[in-house]
Amino acid sequence: MAEVKNKEARIGVFLCHCGTNIAGTIDIEAVKEYAKTIPNVVVADNYAYMCSTPGQNKIADAIKEQNLTGVVVAACTPRLHEPTFRNATAAGGLNPFRFEMANIRDQNSWVHMHQPEEATAKAKDAVRIAVAKASLLEDLIPKSVPVEKTAMVVGGGVGGMQAALDLANAGIKTYLVEKSPTIGGRMSQLDKTFPTLDCSQCILTPKMVDVYRNENIELLTYTEVEAVEGYIGNFDVTLRKKARGVLTPAEAEARGIVGGGCTGCGDCAEVCPVIKPNPFELGMAPRKAIYIYHPQVSPLIYTVDFDACVKCGLCVESCGEKKAVDLDAKDELITVKVGTAILALGYDIYPIEKKFEWGYKNYDNVITSLEFERLICASGPTGGHLVRPSDGETPKKIAFVLCAGSRDNTDTGKPYCSRFCCMYSLKHAHQIIEKIPGAVPYIFYMDIRSFGKMYEEFYYRIQNEGAKFIRGRVANITEDPVTKNLHVNAEDTLLGRPIDMEVDMVVLAAAIQPSAETEKTRRLFGVSCSQDGWLLEAHPKLNPCGTTTAGVYLAGVCQGPKDIPDTVAQAEGAASAASIPIHRGEVELEPYFAQCLEDKCAGCGLCVNQCPYQALSLVEKDGRTVMQVTEAKCKGCGTCGGFCPGGAIWMQHFATPQIVAQIDAFLLGGEQ
Amino acid sequence: MADENWKPKIIAIICNWCSYAGADLAGGARIQYPPDIRAIRVMCTGRIDPLFILKAFQDGADGVLVSGCHFGDCHYLEGNYKAAKRMFLLKSVLKNIGLDDKRLRMTFVSASEGAKWGSVMTDVVKTINELGPSPLNEFAR
Repeated sequence: MAEVKNKEARIGVFLCHCGTNIAGTIDIEAVKEYAKTIPNVVVADNYAYMCSTPGQNKIADAIKEQNLTGVVVAACTPRLHEPTFRNATAAGGLNPFRFEMANIRDQNSWVHMHQPEEATAKAKDAVRIAVAKASLLEDLIPKSVPVEKTAMVVGGGVGGMQAALDLANAGIKTYLVEKSPTIGGRMSQLDKTFPTLDCSQCILTPKMVDVYRNENIELLTYTEVEAVEGYIGNFDVTLRKKARGVLTPAEAEARGIVGGGCTGCGDCAEVCPVIKPNPFELGMAPRKAIYIYHPQVSPLIYTVDFDACVKCGLCVESCGEKKAVDLDAKDELITVKVGTAILALGYDIYPIEKKFEWGYKNYDNVITSLEFERLICASGPTGGHLVRPSDGETPKKIAFVLCAGSRDNTDTGKPYCSRFCCMYSLKHAHQIIEKIPGAVPYIFYMDIRSFGKMYEEFYYRIQNEGAKFIRGRVANITEDPVTKNLHVNAEDTLLGRPIDMEVDMVVLAAAIQPSAETEKTRRLFGVSCSQDGWLLEAHPKLNPCGTTTAGVYLAGVCQGPKDIPDTVAQAEGAASAASIPIHRGEVELEPYFAQCLEDKCAGCGLCVNQCPYQALSLVEKDGRTVMQVTEAKCKGCGTCGGFCPGGAIWMQHFATPQIVAQIDAFLLGGEQ
Repeated sequence: MADENWKPKIIAIICNWCSYAGADLAGGARIQYPPDIRAIRVMCTGRIDPLFILKAFQDGADGVLVSGCHFGDCHYLEGNYKAAKRMFLLKSVLKNIGLDDKRLRMTFVSASEGAKWGSVMTDVVKTINELGPSPLNEFAR
């Protein structure tokens, strides 16, 4: 790799109007005339939309006609259209890496809309900087790496299950990793789904069984991701299989216990003396220290809660010859190799007690919507009888508080809309009217957002069924200490008067937030998050399932609040995206590899420790010690190149002379 | 240096994954900020050789901004930590050669912080305007 002194650079500059997005602020003609005066520029042209077919043809034609050695497009951001224009560059017969983009839209015309002169000057600088780099660019060949023909889905809710099923049905061996002892996720806690009022478990359970039975899915419940290494096509994921304390039939067989392992009979839980609140029922029902959350769990294997277990051994005794219970179980680490991964990490309910004015956890009869789901569910702790927690009576007047902690810019709330609370609150209103004769739901709302297919119709239906709608956010809730009835204080903003309504029960449609594991897991996979902690898609419109980490995709609420249909749709999208590299069998890595300029390398080895990927090593060559790059490990960050005291590292596409040329072009080349 | 027409020359070297994306997001959101900064994109702030920054000051830059991912969010695991370390050391060098170390700034702007990018831009320009032209300017060229 020799230093390129590209004296005969012939650069073409192509300016995009982007309609009025750029040309409405920046004087394109002036920039074009200026571009023609920049050293090495042999042609400057402009077009309304450079990314269009005619625009791209201009580039390809000019490369051929003018024998260009480099192309500069001044348009939007390389994060959007670098691939487009690289293709156009290649179409002209030039190596696609001889292309450089000047961002004169996203970081110029849009952010200096009212300063056309300054924006035009900045655009000239940007073009000059880009030309300086383009003049020094070199041919690069992307490296192809084979892709492991397996995938991983992290999160076994409805999104993760759908993604895993799609991948598996596309013939790809898929690891489905779920932190809790069963798949099913939040959806399994719901009673009915809107607007069709299907029973949630009835549509979910068959899917859970499909997942369990699918021979291409390796289901790893009670398992967490511990470490992730590698890159697209070749991720090495270390998983922690938490000590379950109970053997599956397969595990029992492996230990030589014939006909053993857990059959889900439940004899162990019956004799277990330890009683704990069941988190699946949000603490409203008991469970034992050896437990399953609910009868439909998949896999139907009991789990020991070792934090609660007193190791009395009664369960071991009751299990008998099956010998399924192993109270000495230890966590186990396993490593699997996968080509691509999908994160479907789900959500948690916002701790709405932080909005103390509504009295959740303080007043017995203030509950969250998820608790309502369990209380109204026939398989829930009350057998589907909605009762007041304070006295077990059936409530008749029930207030629903929407946007509880969401669309709330106070420090204690969440600024975003949780997107499904309107709809499930309408569903709850319907369920009350249906189940409790004479009961009236009062819905305190700011807006009703019934945005989906058949959702608005559902809203009308609930209105006609007799639900009362009051527009205005609830200010506070107080409790009558004797009756435990609640006073809801709000302003009816349509009537313009305050309301003090006495109700039997309040249901808070609490905001949602990323699940507790999201932060840790996203960091392991190198995925960014938005300010609210939801995982960041590669592009909200153009790549809503992808992330900026190649080979890692998103599904479901971890990317942002979604209802079930949207979650499933995105899961199918993510599965499709994740299967593409696997089916292609190889991926091209951007050739931004570090190279050692061996004649400059002193073999000091300082770079070796800088590399976070252990891609660098010292080797003996021609009697001296020099650094060597393992390209397959190098991800092209350039941290080594930013440190080498001898300037001996050539960071392809971001080489020192290229960057220095950009700095010089801006600061020294600006005389006009 | 009492040139009334003086405009600060500020160069920003920013990482592709967080700050460049954040800057793009500011554009999408049409967040307005002063146009006195020119950005150079690198894949990671870890790529930034302190010599680039010294070169920029030598060339006459009045200010240099280095912006990357938040700690823990680096696309390359730890490039931003290394960059922060280098910038910290470089600041002491700047002081020793008579440059106010406020002329070099390192910020952390994520891909979702368009608004923050706007306020960082505004703030950097304000700082450099207050400091005035770089004393190295007379040696430049």
